[in-house]
Amino acid sequence: MKRYEPIIGLEIHVELKTLSKMFCGCSADYFGQKPNSLTCPVCLGLPGAVPFTNAQAIQDCIKIGLALNCQIAENSRFERKNYFYPDLPKGYQISQYRWPLCTNGYVDIEDSQNQKIRIRINRVHQEEDTGKLSHLDGITAIDFNRSGVPLVEIVSEPDFREVEQVRIYAKKIQQIFRYLEVSEADMEKGNMRLEANISLREAGESKLPEYRVELKNINSFKFMGDAIEYEIKRQQELLEKGEKITQHTRGWNENKKETFVQREKEEAHDYRYFPDPDLLPLKIEKLEEIRKSLPELPEQILKRLQSMYGLSYYQSQLIVSERFLVDFFEDAVSLGEENKISAVDVANFLINKNVDINKVSPEEVISQITFKKSGIISDTSALREVVKEIIKENPQAVADYKSGKIAVIGVLVGAVMRKTESKADAKIVKELISELLS
Amino acid sequence: MFNKEDIKKLAKLANLPIKESEYEKFASQLSEIISYVKQLERIDSNQVEPTFNVTGLKNINWGDKVEPSLTQKKSLQNAKMQRNGFFVTKGIFNE
Ligand SMILES: [Zn+2]
Repeated sequence: MKRYEPIIGLEIHVELKTLSKMFCGCSADYFGQKPNSLTCPVCLGLPGAVPFTNAQAIQDCIKIGLALNCQIAENSRFERKNYFYPDLPKGYQISQYRWPLCTNGYVDIEDSQNQKIRIRINRVHQEEDTGKLSHLDGITAIDFNRSGVPLVEIVSEPDFREVEQVRIYAKKIQQIFRYLEVSEADMEKGNMRLEANISLREAGESKLPEYRVELKNINSFKFMGDAIEYEIKRQQELLEKGEKITQHTRGWNENKKETFVQREKEEAHDYRYFPDPDLLPLKIEKLEEIRKSLPELPEQILKRLQSMYGLSYYQSQLIVSERFLVDFFEDAVSLGEENKISAVDVANFLINKNVDINKVSPEEVISQITFKKSGIISDTSALREVVKEIIKENPQAVADYKSGKIAVIGVLVGAVMRKTESKADAKIVKELISELLS
Repeated sequence: MFNKEDIKKLAKLANLPIKESEYEKFASQLSEIISYVKQLERIDSNQVEPTFNVTGLKNINWGDKVEPSLTQKKSLQNAKMQRNGFFVTKGIFNE
């Protein structure tokens, strides 16, 4: 039997959280708003309306490009991507094709076997979101509040060979969006959407397959993973039977746990891209300023937590999972220094205790750790209980002590220390034993 | 230059309802138009940048300010079909 290797590429769409839309002054904060209450002639595609480019969105797109190690174009343009669909009021989407803002980047990921893989980024470009369709009893209802919301598309090269790599990459990109504060990147709300393209080639073959199947409209990491796995199996079975697979788009049916045909792929040139004459070209002028404004990114913090605080890769990764947690950790560490609490202790406490950091302060965490570490020492009543237990467990030593062999107290103190993992104050323990045996 | 198949494809892409009986006519008309414009190929335009905008302006951008939108009522006022604040179109089944 032939062995096959999956070739997977990923497209990520993310909505920016700018105040206004990409090409008009309507609010981009459409979630939960009355349908068609955030629209204007521009985002409804009414004749004669003239779009303006949102400078903040352009800056956010460049930030994403920089964070993904891309080259940033000096000159960039918008083009019209022409197709008809009810969610697209103008009959075209304003997007970028020949002059994208960012190209040729990469992201390094590490899989569960600690293998490092470089995923190349083909491009990061700026476009606009479409309206939202809902299908009910034979009609389609359209809400254009989302129409024209700034959308950034990140296109990877087909560098993934396993589903796990796709998942790790997508999560890492999501984390970057959040650290950059350009988007909530909430999959459930649809701020962030994934599209995968998958094909198989025979192991050892170096050319890319002639077809690719696109998986679209999948709104969770888990479903995307399941859909890719299903698709790999499906394609393998077809290829083993000697069948040819054609280029097309599929969706995911979560109830049946299978992919299904959505539409035959439109060839790229069918979109008839051409420069949008209503929009002026962009000249990127303040690149160094934007570069300097980038916050510390997860990857840099991951390294810093390991080198500065001696945390393990695993611990650092958990802390880095949220920007807020990093700040919390560092605040707690600096408070802990005075109390001789190590950074590793703070990290362990945050990780193992599963503390709800929204409810406690770094100060409280430090005092809890201090109590846990030294609580038994200062807490005589708690120690008394331990000593009582030890007395019960060691009748021979107790008898010896009572018969005048005072030195045997060392055996009992040692037993208490073992039980408390050496956290007890030996002096207090000794006093307690004398007291309880007198 | 253009055949019936081209017209069929173009009509589909442009979402135009063209009758099969009209294909021949449009094929020859479109061929005529293209060959007229093709006269431009006699000029060597290798060194000429294409003109996408005529003003020569760059970076005229919007500063991310929210402006008032249309009301829902106004937004929907020219819609052929509407329901509960939504624009309505005939169902799209392939989703
Ligand atoms: Zn608008």
